[in-house]
Amino acid sequence: MSRQNLRAALGLSRGASWRGALVVVLALLGAWELYVDLGGADPLILPAPHAVAQSLFDDRALLWSNFLVTAEEVVLGILVATVAALALASVMHFFLTLRRAFWPVLIGSQTIPIPMLAPVLVLWLGFGILPKLVVIALVSFFSIVVTTLAGFAAVDPDLIKLMRTFDMPRRRVFLSIELPSALPGVFTGAKIAVIVAVIGAVFAEQAGANSGLGYLFAQSIPQLLTARAYAAVVVLSVFAIALFGLLTLAERLTVPWAYQPIGDSA
Amino acid sequence: MCVEHVSRTFASRRGEVRALADVSLHAAPGEIVAVVGPSGCGKTTLLELICGLQAADSGTVTSAPAALMPQRDLLLPWLSAVDNAALALRARGMARDEARAAAAPWLERFGLTGFERSRPAELSGGMRQRVSFLRSLLAGKPVLALDEPFAALDAITRAEMQSWLAAVLASEPRTVVLVTHDVEEAVVLGDRVLVMSARPGRVVRDVEVAVARPRRRTDPQVVALREQVLEALGMPA
Repeated sequence: MSRQNLRAALGLSRGASWRGALVVVLALLGAWELYVDLGGADPLILPAPHAVAQSLFDDRALLWSNFLVTAEEVVLGILVATVAALALASVMHFFLTLRRAFWPVLIGSQTIPIPMLAPVLVLWLGFGILPKLVVIALVSFFSIVVTTLAGFAAVDPDLIKLMRTFDMPRRRVFLSIELPSALPGVFTGAKIAVIVAVIGAVFAEQAGANSGLGYLFAQSIPQLLTARAYAAVVVLSVFAIALFGLLTLAERLTVPWAYQPIGDSA
Repeated sequence: MCVEHVSRTFASRRGEVRALADVSLHAAPGEIVAVVGPSGCGKTTLLELICGLQAADSGTVTSAPAALMPQRDLLLPWLSAVDNAALALRARGMARDEARAAAAPWLERFGLTGFERSRPAELSGGMRQRVSFLRSLLAGKPVLALDEPFAALDAITRAEMQSWLAAVLASEPRTVVLVTHDVEEAVVLGDRVLVMSARPGRVVRDVEVAVARPRRRTDPQVVALREQVLEALGMPA
């Protein structure tokens, strides 16, 4: 799986027009607003966009304090996932036996239904941040492992041979050649991970928490504060998009060569 | 450097492939031996044997330490020209600043002044190949194994690079094994030209190039030797 293919598959082309996205979002919001205003749905069950916007403003202090809780969980969870994924991918890269041994376990870890696992983890690890970090890291790290391994595998074998004729020690080949080559892969994996991480955070909070956007959402529905529940979802989405954008920025600053034609003359 | 009666066979899905059959090659210190042959005659295998990247099935390879220079430049896209050139020094554990300081005067000699801080993507094909050659030269090995170093360049740049390499090797003598598809390149650069047969590769002709340097492509002696080599390859000149 080449990085270009992956990027294309995700629709991450650089030329993505913000104007186009804005038009689509406004059109969807307009249709939704009209549908509710014209009596298509009870506003208590499906709040109109203007009601959600009103809640975003009225409940801003509540949303903000709960956002901070979720943001901390997601950011720490992604960090844990990245460190764990890098370590695991490196070990799997070095030892073929371990790669084969870990692969089924890795895939198996992704088939665990998070809504079922989360309550069990809460029973085990308590109501603090720990079970949230475990859930977020669990849903995030797979994509990072896969893209990092692809990055390691994409290193030109002739380059490794060349370094061997220069007597470069194996450890140095890893640190100076393979790790920088895999960095763009790490970023691609992390960008996919942030999107699922916020979903993981919500499940973890619903399983047992007394703060966070997922908790707020779960509390708002039975009280028929649906506009507030939708507002919590909006904050989560904007947060995920912002994290994605931040990672894209960090990627351009850290691995600028991945954006340039490398000019391979072969 | 001495390669004696070397054979090498690979196992492939369709049975065994004999890459080299009883190949012998000698190079005196400072001698440039060009190796030409059809595709798949085991030239790259020969270079990897010399560099110690593979072991022979039979026969012996005795060589002073050799550094490879690959056909594709294989420069690291995240390093500047000077850091790419200094990579062979860094490989041996030299500190970054020290390695840069050692490589910098060479970039100037190689006509790369002003491009020290440029990334490979900002360099032309010829420039990248010069940085790549410098990187292998700075490995400090007495033997250089050049694997079709200019095959990826356009014809004009290639001709320029051949003259340039001849000049560099005149001032920095090394024992060189130059593998190439280009008969003219072999005759212009080599002290001797070894002609190999198709797989399994064996040496079918050893042509001495006793022509004074610098050599011109149009020199009648060069042209005559080219014909001789082409004939040994089984191609009408």
